[in-house]
Amino acid sequence: MISGLTWLLACQLVGEVLVRLTDAPVPGPVVGMVLLFVLLQVRRSGDDATVVRAADGLLRHLQLLFVPAGVGVVVYLGTLRDQALPIAVALLLSWLVGLAAVAGVTVALERLVGRGR
Amino acid sequence: MTEAWSETWTWLTHSPLFFVLLTLAGYRLGRELNERTGGHALAQPVLVAIVVVGAAISLLDVDYDDYRAGTELIAFWLGPATVALAVPLHRQAERLRGFVVPMLVAVTVGAVVSVTTVVLLVRALGGDELLARTMASKATTTPVSIALTETLDGLPPLAAVVTILAGILGAVAGPAALTLLRVSDRRARGLALGAVSHGIGTSRALVEDPTEGAFAGLSMGLTALATSLLAPLLVASLL
Repeated sequence: MISGLTWLLACQLVGEVLVRLTDAPVPGPVVGMVLLFVLLQVRRSGDDATVVRAADGLLRHLQLLFVPAGVGVVVYLGTLRDQALPIAVALLLSWLVGLAAVAGVTVALERLVGRGR
Repeated sequence: MTEAWSETWTWLTHSPLFFVLLTLAGYRLGRELNERTGGHALAQPVLVAIVVVGAAISLLDVDYDDYRAGTELIAFWLGPATVALAVPLHRQAERLRGFVVPMLVAVTVGAVVSVTTVVLLVRALGGDELLARTMASKATTTPVSIALTETLDGLPPLAAVVTILAGILGAVAGPAALTLLRVSDRRARGLALGAVSHGIGTSRALVEDPTEGAFAGLSMGLTALATSLLAPLLVASLL
């Protein structure tokens, strides 16, 4: 577990450093994710690799990690109430249109690419 | 005696031990409810935990900043967990073949649609410009949304809340909405869920199906990148 977590932290650290050095508008952990993906592909890691086991363990409880930031809602209950209509309706509609757009474009382009082959 | 009580109380309401325990307990309860209800969409552990912990710290009159500082230990792991999303993707890597172009186009379109629609809707519904700037990055993963909202001159802590609400919406209603939209392709479902509901949507996608989970995680990363690049331009032209 510890050795797996060390790999995850190391990838994140390299990602964070790269982002800062290059001033790239990407979050460090996302660069770390790409880095780990390349490492896993190159090493052809299987499910018994320590980093894979640590990652599975962490991802099983991904929702837990959002709780501290989410509880911040208590500070903004007043704002949420005062601007309930624009917040709720804009959030819901924009979310739905975004969901439909991504799914629709993906399915349409997949068909197009599939036909080309 | 009363002095000992008040000192202990002060210690308790500033103690990471208490806050981490409270958070874990709320999350455990959420997991329990999720299992008992056979995975009911509303019984998302993150939602249950936020309600339970939010109610508890309000009742105990705890300052949110103290709670947030005390749970840094938990929030810290969000970074490594994001890196960990490489693993489901690695398992599904062969499904990326012939899919890169549709994926990049779809995620870019999604980022533009998410930012544009939320900004225009907030303004149309009588929300002020500050709210529009705050909600613009709501589709990106929480740490990115916070940083991006600073660039956009919104309110970063409120952005974090709105972003998490967008995530919870995806965890609760995403799979059902995609089914209603007749999207059955696992890759398309994952991409869509990750693009509008980031890590929280991804956590639900991972439960639904390994392919959906892998593509949701990838989509979350790409959406963060696309939105970071495009949102400043879009917001400047819309407001």
